[in-house]
Amino acid sequence: MPLLTVEQLGKSYNTHTKVLRNVNFEVEAGEFVSIIGPSGAGKSTLLRCINRMVDIDEGAVIFNGADVGMLNKKELRTLRTDIGMVFQHYNLVPRLSVIENVLHGRFGYKTTLQGIMGRFTEAEKERAFYLLEKLGIAEHAYKRCNQLSGGQQQRVGIARALIQEPKIVLCDEPIASLDPKASTIIMDHLKSITVELGITCIVNLHQVEVARDYSDRIIGLREGQVVFDEMSYRLTEQRTDILYGTKSKPVTQVRELLTV
Amino acid sequence: MNENLVRIKRKNQTVIFIVVLTVFTYLSSVITDFNILHGIATLPEAIVWIFSNLVITEESLERLPTIVEKLIETILMSIAATTTATIFSLILGVMGSKTIGTSKALGVFARFVASLSRNIPVVAWALILLLSFGQNSLTGYLALFVGSVGFLTRSFIEVIDEASQSAVVALRATGATYVQIIGKAVIPECLPQMISWVLFMIETNIRNATLVGILTGTGIGYSFDLYYKTMNYPGVALVTISIVLAVILIELLSNHVRKVIL
Repeated sequence: MPLLTVEQLGKSYNTHTKVLRNVNFEVEAGEFVSIIGPSGAGKSTLLRCINRMVDIDEGAVIFNGADVGMLNKKELRTLRTDIGMVFQHYNLVPRLSVIENVLHGRFGYKTTLQGIMGRFTEAEKERAFYLLEKLGIAEHAYKRCNQLSGGQQQRVGIARALIQEPKIVLCDEPIASLDPKASTIIMDHLKSITVELGITCIVNLHQVEVARDYSDRIIGLREGQVVFDEMSYRLTEQRTDILYGTKSKPVTQVRELLTV
Repeated sequence: MNENLVRIKRKNQTVIFIVVLTVFTYLSSVITDFNILHGIATLPEAIVWIFSNLVITEESLERLPTIVEKLIETILMSIAATTTATIFSLILGVMGSKTIGTSKALGVFARFVASLSRNIPVVAWALILLLSFGQNSLTGYLALFVGSVGFLTRSFIEVIDEASQSAVVALRATGATYVQIIGKAVIPECLPQMISWVLFMIETNIRNATLVGILTGTGIGYSFDLYYKTMNYPGVALVTISIVLAVILIELLSNHVRKVIL
């Protein structure tokens, strides 16, 4: 049974535009999947439907045997502990230290009081330092997050996701605000999550080359629909053009720009 | 040609504006029986009176220990009113926030409480509370407390709504509870601004406490009232100057704290 099944998923924020239309795909445990597509194609929304950061309108998302759309508040909380999330703008608390931000990833396992009092076990703290060590930012553990560079902050974001001990990590354009060097470091770390820890990764990307280099499989999204879902090497230039509406369809490109 | 027309039009507008203003000023002074010239004419006399009567004499300095004692009492009362109000405002601020508030009804409630207590002046609150609590320090404390809740709630709502929501989203995605998100993402993020507002509130309350004290017969306001009514003008001068000095001192202190935390 696949780890994640998305069935006929549909989502609209208002009555006239549908962000997602009849999206179907499956992800096996241990896969590294990239989602590519033009801006506004629904990549972020698709990712947020998986951990129900946005509500599901049509169809279903089955994660690890549970119907995500049907969960109650408590079950949803448990589900989210199994799903790590990495953001484009890192989404850390800038005024808190690196180690505090990493430990935020444990809140899902704590009672409200334990979380507020900041009661973490020795094992959790050791794990946090171990992850920072792995990601190469252990020496910054006690610095405030706003003193770090973008690439370093993103590594804190990854550490926060990993300390959840997730089954899957969702990355929403993790390298869109980073320079090429930092992007390579982040992508290498994400890849090693899947290869070394066996954690499934779904990554939204803007860079087609990066997607082809790193992922096992690529899902192409266009106007809320899946138009490509195959192994990475089969994404030819011609199919990229169709996906992004470049070259072959100049008319749609103009429309694309307008909708951005 | 066109440019000239515009210039003439603008000139006309200015003239009309000045004429209207003059007419209004004249009419209002006629209606209220207020003579501006007479007012200006008596000004030198008033200044002379102030400088000859409101002078700190040696005799009045003997009262300094009592005044200082009252002043400290007033300052402590203002701080107590502000800190307790902060706790309530924090809860109301989270409730009233548009970004992290839980329900619309609670939000409306919080904002209603805030504007009710803020839009009635502290002096009016003191007079209203005087009826039910009588002339004592509790009334003064409550008047300051109510005013502070209104003002602080309003500013906390704004601080929370202006802060970045990105960490809130991230913590929700980890499965954190609502209270954990507030305690560990929202409040740490907003803390410097919130402390800054609380310090400002303490300063304001020390000033207001004098006025409230006159009404409720407590603290430094009572001393002021007492000397004033017994025509002990050197005493009045000493009280006034010690209030001014205290307020300046507190302001310097809180400015320093602000510099450190922001």
